[in-house]
Amino acid sequence: MKQSPFIVAIAAALLAACASTPAPVVSNPPAATVPSTPSVATVDVTGSEPALQGSKVSAAQLAAAVKAAPDQRSAQALLNGHSVYFDFDQSVVKDDQRGVVEGNAAFLNRFSSKVLVQGNTDARGSREYNLALGQRRAESVKQSLEVLGVKPAQIEAVSFGKEKPRAEGDSEAANAENRRADFVYPQ
Amino acid sequence: MSATVSGFWPRLFALLLLSMTAAANLARADLSVEVIGGGSNRYPVAIVPLQGESLLPEAITATVKSDLAMTGAFSLLETAAGDALAAPAQLNAAAWQQRGARAVVYGKLVSLGGGRVRLTFWADTVSPREQKLSAEFDLAPEQLRDMAHRMADMVYEALLGEKSLFSSRIAYITQSGKEYRLQIADMDGRRAQTVLRSRLPIMSPAWSPDGTRLAYVSFEQQKPVIYVQDLVSGQRRVLANFRGSNSAPVWSPDGRRLAVVLTTSGNSQVYLINADGGGVQRFSYSDAIDTEPAFSPDGRQIVFVSDRSGSPQLYVQALDGGRNARRVTFEGNYNVSPTFSPDGRQIAYVRREGGRFKVMLLDLASGDNRLISNSAFDESPSFAPNGKMVLYASEEGGRSVLYAAATAYPGRVRLGTLGGQVQDPAWGPFNP
Repeated sequence: MKQSPFIVAIAAALLAACASTPAPVVSNPPAATVPSTPSVATVDVTGSEPALQGSKVSAAQLAAAVKAAPDQRSAQALLNGHSVYFDFDQSVVKDDQRGVVEGNAAFLNRFSSKVLVQGNTDARGSREYNLALGQRRAESVKQSLEVLGVKPAQIEAVSFGKEKPRAEGDSEAANAENRRADFVYPQ
Repeated sequence: MSATVSGFWPRLFALLLLSMTAAANLARADLSVEVIGGGSNRYPVAIVPLQGESLLPEAITATVKSDLAMTGAFSLLETAAGDALAAPAQLNAAAWQQRGARAVVYGKLVSLGGGRVRLTFWADTVSPREQKLSAEFDLAPEQLRDMAHRMADMVYEALLGEKSLFSSRIAYITQSGKEYRLQIADMDGRRAQTVLRSRLPIMSPAWSPDGTRLAYVSFEQQKPVIYVQDLVSGQRRVLANFRGSNSAPVWSPDGRRLAVVLTTSGNSQVYLINADGGGVQRFSYSDAIDTEPAFSPDGRQIVFVSDRSGSPQLYVQALDGGRNARRVTFEGNYNVSPTFSPDGRQIAYVRREGGRFKVMLLDLASGDNRLISNSAFDESPSFAPNGKMVLYASEEGGRSVLYAAATAYPGRVRLGTLGGQVQDPAWGPFNP
């Protein structure tokens, strides 16, 4: 009968929750230890969602209303809740979405503000590939804003991929609602 | 029970009750293991309950059994407390052979006083009778579960002659309402601990090769930013926060740098960055989407997703070979989320086909592709450090669950979740 190594390991006495790696006291080669799983620290970050109230103005009227608004605060309120929507697997800004882009361009040109353009996708597929698809939509909106005279330094195009769906579920209506780019202004 | 032991058990029991109370809050977030299917050529083994185990609140044998079962490599014989063996001389090899066992694992627990316990165990094949394993450990109560995984590792390695996986850990993201958590747990989903809690999404956790840190993407700044966090101290710092999106971190095998995806060129491209955040250099060059990089185990190649051909496909590019990327997937129009096997011979990835998302294994030498998952929405595959299983996220009845599929057998294990959504699993390295 073949005898394999006889291993003896001893625990360091009751240590704290951060556990210990017991050292072997006797060992016929080789010594083994019990792996100890350390406790980990929990980090809390809160972060916050920008408040979203619906604008009272339709997309088609947006640019004119922004230009006529008495001040920056009321102009920014007009833009709230307006997003640019995309077709399935597309990042082209469609003609029927131009009003929202023009409204935001009017705001950015009038007040020289900065903006985060956040691209989003529907819920299916790889998280990271969706992040890249959302980025492509955000870049597309960024280019449309630049064509309307907004300076590149005013715009940061970023993506939330499929991480921030506005509509839950997998219906075509929900997917259409989630294929969008949002405009986020500094509070 | 002998007189020397009688004074010990009540004390051990009290200590364990204390630690169990502390663990109760964690337990609610734990995952549970359910084994589905298994190999046709499984190794029949009897895991005999340890003598003296009945008074332990947390049985070691049960964890050893569920560990060995989840690989699909073993079939476990029915055993009872009456089968307990306290010494190799008590093993009736012929009787166990008749019951169908090829090997028997058995052992005992005795008190050492002061809250400690001595575990002795053996693993013998029955025909021919051969002792494959003999070990003894002295343990504090809080080490019982680590010990159970360690015992399963030793049995696995003694009987199969290959590196085991039970002492490794997994990382994953949970979402419950507006609360996102980055958690780590034992590879069976037990003993979950929260690494990061946020009200904005977290994604793409990646283990450092030494298992001490996680890189991940957090949206707490209203955009994707890559952080690296030390697990024990909780210290975290920004690895990459360049203009645009920062995502898809993955460590090089030597831990000195990471591959990440940045969008500073106006599209998603793969970059290399030192582990301290310096030395950024562009790696992929296309005017398309390049994302989801993963290093080969020798650190000399990166596989990534690119839609430069018009649909997302997998490409392999050498780190010292200029800008030439070699396409490695040719079937289907959506192949994503690649990761190299630890031996570098296979790539696990996700293919979309007929609206279903499946985990595939690509054999690089032959070019053959094999399906290893079987649900409709399987994503985010990662290999166990020994390459014998692939962890992935799936969906059942509108809820997300984690599965681990054996790579050499048809078996699968569900790491069921008790609440919320669980996604983006990443299997960690061997414990140091």
